[in-house]
Amino acid sequence: MSVDAATVVRIAHLARISLAEAEVAPLAAELSAILGWVEQLGEVDTAGVAPMTAVMPITRAWRDDAITDGGVQKAVLANAPQAEFGFFAVPKVID
Amino acid sequence: MTALTDLTLAGMQAGLRAKSFSATELANAHIEAVAAARSLNAFLVETPDHALAAAAAADAALGKDEALPLAGIPLGIKDLFATKGVETTAGSAILKGFIPEYESTVTARLFAAGAGMLGKLNMDQFAMGSSNETSAFGNVISPWRAAGSNRPLVPGGSSGGSSAAVSARLCAGATGTDTGGSIRQPAAFTGIAGIKPTYGRCSRWGVVAFASSLDQAGPMARDVRDCAILLTAMSGYDPKDSTSIDAPVPDWAAALTGDLRGMRVGIPKEYRLDGMDATIAALWDRGVEWLKAAGATVVDVSLPHTKYALPAYYIIAPAEASSNLARYDGVRFGLRVAPLGGSLADMYEATRAAGFGPEVKRRIIIGTYVLSAGYYDAYYTQAQRVRTLIAQDFAKAWEVCDVLLTPTAPSAAFASGDKVDPLEMYLNDVFTVPSSLAGLPAMSVPAGLSDTGLPLGLQIIGKPLDEAAVLNAGYAIERAAGFTASPERWW
Repeated sequence: MSVDAATVVRIAHLARISLAEAEVAPLAAELSAILGWVEQLGEVDTAGVAPMTAVMPITRAWRDDAITDGGVQKAVLANAPQAEFGFFAVPKVID
Repeated sequence: MTALTDLTLAGMQAGLRAKSFSATELANAHIEAVAAARSLNAFLVETPDHALAAAAAADAALGKDEALPLAGIPLGIKDLFATKGVETTAGSAILKGFIPEYESTVTARLFAAGAGMLGKLNMDQFAMGSSNETSAFGNVISPWRAAGSNRPLVPGGSSGGSSAAVSARLCAGATGTDTGGSIRQPAAFTGIAGIKPTYGRCSRWGVVAFASSLDQAGPMARDVRDCAILLTAMSGYDPKDSTSIDAPVPDWAAALTGDLRGMRVGIPKEYRLDGMDATIAALWDRGVEWLKAAGATVVDVSLPHTKYALPAYYIIAPAEASSNLARYDGVRFGLRVAPLGGSLADMYEATRAAGFGPEVKRRIIIGTYVLSAGYYDAYYTQAQRVRTLIAQDFAKAWEVCDVLLTPTAPSAAFASGDKVDPLEMYLNDVFTVPSSLAGLPAMSVPAGLSDTGLPLGLQIIGKPLDEAAVLNAGYAIERAAGFTASPERWW
């Protein structure tokens, strides 16, 4: 599988990581190599095999439908890059 | 008398109870060792006050003979564990300055058992790496050096700060985490022991997430008994982790006998790779003889899908990482880079571009790719199907054996900068990844030295929840191997 520069840019945008121009070509080459290598999985006959969803089969315990936590606004905001009026603050999203 | 920093954890417990030394003396000896070893770059943050406070509490309790199990034991904590009030970065610039308001369940358990913290241990960024060369805060240098060489070696990864610190006698035990081998491979590279328990044994709550279906915490220490002691303290059901297992936690150390009569050991033929390092192949053969001598019977087994484990892992782990690491967006915690006049989306992209290192970006982008429309079934679903087959291979092996014996890593530690190709680096985990995909307990025990005098490990893999057999087989190997080598101090 060969990944071209346009695909790298598109995927990086989906992942919300901006790339410098110079990063694109090397990344395309690395991704192509890695994806080429994982493609060997295609040889495995998996007809009728269910995808794994849990490594350990466990049944979740029930708990009371009760509020057990909260009232920690200060702690929640303590590491915020910008907090105002008790909220997380971000750049303007509506014009 | 043995230096306090040379004692095992069990030796510390005995010495403290016999009042041969105080917990404060023990803490100070380690605090000094940590401060004198900064050239290894193993610790990101030193917390002598934490260790000394635990020591003072331990000394008071020991005076009244009511000490907790780990009273006064100074430990190193991998920087993936959130520690209340102490910076936790996961080795990444995007979390620089992050001071958790909460304590991870595993560290809370250790501290509740009386242990103190010497500091936070460096690691590969977000636990993505096998050599500790992806930390945003510099490489960890192994205390080991190859015979006749001064080249800096890697301590393995991702728990490389942990392996370097335990091996260099900066602490007797440390926490590690293992997603595809991040406890076992660094343990093997530095001549120490480490166990990844069954998935779900140790709570993931408060552990910075990498790949949630694989991430598992575990102890690293200089011998099997110390690993067993720490594992008992770290394990247990936690309602805050939805994959936590509600099963009794045994006193694993008390069950160590080294007597393997009745145990069946499987040797998986697929692990004997073409062109395998001859010293490692010979060590593996010696391991088989050691287990036989301890009373075990040995059978050949086949795990036919072994060669597909690594490629499946390098789809599943990045896929989960791309989802987990979406939380680093510059809004709630961590780094924010907001271009002047830019939009919210510009802020996300700039923050993540500046905060994540190259390996993390690579894996997020691979993960995003394999989960994207049109590719999901071909890559991700197929990898999860192969994962089922890998787990079935192990389940089948358990019909004829109780544990498996394999090498831990395909080579001894390599030099910093020697492996630059990501794919070549990924191959380090060839022996450790399959058991991670199947959620099985597995440990590495130091078993011998390479031609250049570097440590080599053997791996024991066990059935789900059968850490007891893994530890006991490891104990038998440890006793037979008589591994006493330690790095000569140069730092």
